[in-house]
Amino acid sequence: MKNPLMKNATSLSLRIPTPKARPGDPADLSHVNPPPAGETPRPDVSASAHDMRDMAFKLVRVLNDAGEAVGPWNPALDAQTLRRGLRVMLLTRAFDDRMYRMQRQGKTSFYMKSTGEEAIPTAAALALEKDDMCFTSYRQQAILFARDYPLVTMMNQIYSNAADPNRGRQMPVHYSAKQYGFFSISGNLATQVPQAVGWAMASAYKKDNRIACTFVGDGATAEGDFHQAMTFASVYHAPVIINVVNNQWAISSFQGIAGGDETTFAARAIGYGVPPLRVDGNDFLAVYGAIAWAAERARTNMGPTLIEHYTYRVEGHSTSDDPTRYRPAEEPRRWPLGDPVERLKQHLIVIGEWSDARHKALEKEVAEEVKTAAKEAEAIGTLGQSRPSVKEMFEDVYKEQPWHLRRQRQELGT
Amino acid sequence: MATMTMIQALNNAMDTMLAKDPDVLIFGEDVGYFGGVFRATDGLQKKHGITRCFDAPIAESGIVAAAIGMAAYGLRPVIEIQFADYIYPGYDQIVSEAARLRYRSAGDFTAPLTLRSPYGGGIFGGQTHSQSPEALFTHVAGLKTVIPSNPYDAKGLLISAIEDDDPVIFFEPKRLYSGRFDGWHEKPVETWSAHPASDVPEGYYNVPLGKAAIAREGQAVTVLAYGTMVHVALAAAEFAKIDAEVIDLRTLVPLDIETIVASVNKTGRCVVVHEATRTSGFGAELSALVQEHCFWKLEAPIERVAGWDTPYPHAFEWEYFPGPKRVAAALTRTLEA
Repeated sequence: MKNPLMKNATSLSLRIPTPKARPGDPADLSHVNPPPAGETPRPDVSASAHDMRDMAFKLVRVLNDAGEAVGPWNPALDAQTLRRGLRVMLLTRAFDDRMYRMQRQGKTSFYMKSTGEEAIPTAAALALEKDDMCFTSYRQQAILFARDYPLVTMMNQIYSNAADPNRGRQMPVHYSAKQYGFFSISGNLATQVPQAVGWAMASAYKKDNRIACTFVGDGATAEGDFHQAMTFASVYHAPVIINVVNNQWAISSFQGIAGGDETTFAARAIGYGVPPLRVDGNDFLAVYGAIAWAAERARTNMGPTLIEHYTYRVEGHSTSDDPTRYRPAEEPRRWPLGDPVERLKQHLIVIGEWSDARHKALEKEVAEEVKTAAKEAEAIGTLGQSRPSVKEMFEDVYKEQPWHLRRQRQELGT
Repeated sequence: MATMTMIQALNNAMDTMLAKDPDVLIFGEDVGYFGGVFRATDGLQKKHGITRCFDAPIAESGIVAAAIGMAAYGLRPVIEIQFADYIYPGYDQIVSEAARLRYRSAGDFTAPLTLRSPYGGGIFGGQTHSQSPEALFTHVAGLKTVIPSNPYDAKGLLISAIEDDDPVIFFEPKRLYSGRFDGWHEKPVETWSAHPASDVPEGYYNVPLGKAAIAREGQAVTVLAYGTMVHVALAAAEFAKIDAEVIDLRTLVPLDIETIVASVNKTGRCVVVHEATRTSGFGAELSALVQEHCFWKLEAPIERVAGWDTPYPHAFEWEYFPGPKRVAAALTRTLEA
């Protein structure tokens, strides 16, 4: 029997979200309407998650179009810290550019740039304590630069050479640096988020004062692990900062495929009773202010914060990707929130602490630093020219090598 | 010494380790105030405090991941997955993360966690409370897999698992929790107190991982078993009146190959038994290893007795469960070959 109410109903249609523009179309970023810098209020760190709900739909911004730092989120950093941030971002960019070229020259198999997103990990690292543990995805290499991890060691990892700290077992850019507060990068998406929560719970259990800080892409927020992490973080008030880096693209899928067209990623926090912040990710000062806010909250037993960093992935997902196949080629240049390096540079100039000449000199300096490190790493060897001993393939599977691995190593003849 | 069931021995192992090591903590679904659906953690929260033994959300991936994060910090978390059948939402965290953390970071980070889970059939649990998924874990490089068969071993092995610096999957044959079970399901329930392995020291001791036990010495045929099937194998030997040597593997990875090889070289015959489905089960690995190591001493084909390759059925428990008659038939065939 038919339901009479259904009689005149239209047939169903399946909706598949699509971005506004594809290759060949003019870039259309009309949906990006950032509020003026300084407009978004800054709640007290003790604000309840309930009272913070509106923050999921605002955008924390400090640097205005004139390069001035305005509003309540201005962390009022001294010029030295600002120049430090600029240097780390420039170093990251120089490193990315060189390693990208090295991949194109066949010196390694793979690389991932962070162009356009450098402010997020850089400001986070500077706002955190050095021994806070970062559980990152593969695009927060700037944290390592900010913590003075040796460039040459990163390159050795990228080249899987004899000095690779991972002993040739991981693809390029999957760093691990416990002494630098940097958790081993997995490559499986979002797995690090609930692990960060567990680490933070352990820190609280031990009455430590270190906190955890984790980063996940907009696309990977769709993973179950992200949601389980939010539940655990909320339930146990874990001292953790969960950062969603919304760079608009998950390889070729625009953020609408992860649910970003229906609400903001920051709004995911509301259902878990976690305070949300939504931040201009290309604004070094805004990111710093937001991370500092969340860190103070975590360190004073007020629990987790979810921060959405609104940014743009300027380059391809990796060296294996060609973004002109799925988005307008001009879209990166049209991003309304600008370039994080240029914006911080402008600010430093506006406050009289920087100049074009000093900037050029710094660019040259970091390029030289990268070049020197590259020479040292390449002297050890690039991919295939040098590698750890093959017998190490069988080590570290377990703390003690069991008989079957010993036997297999002998079978290989190493 | 006290007389303990397996569940009491497991509880006592965790009690012992909570008292011994402040870095040990326990969490899982219903394990805190209530003490677990099988009572494995009964009283531990009250005795050791709420932060040492607490309830977790119904989120197996989150449970495993949180344990990895804690272990990476330096703790020794012990987590309970309420039934082995519920482990799959946590599988990626176990396989891609816990198992490989030491390897991928070259020892920079490690995951010394223990994952306990009630396992196996014989309780009319149907397809969602009866599975034996050990082969999904023995197949994964970086994991250790342990399955005890009696109270003494359960405590000693669990203590070793907690102290181990690698992630350990610790499957507890739930049919053995409160009494010995040898597969003769029509018989009255047998208490553990009649069994010598129910004499369990109160304090700290361990049973090393990677060492098998000889549950019954014999000359005619070697039976490789673990968990509940150790008792089934013993019952089968008695039923068939065959002088079988029953080896209780206790740890599947790392495997005690020396004990296996010595026994099969002595008997010349081998029957492998497990509850898990047959195809690609751990018995396939055992069969392969025995023929690789003992081919010239074998006098008969290696037999496998296992669960049928179907989901675990509710109404057909005893047709599905590889009981003493099926094992006895295999022993007889092996001797007649």
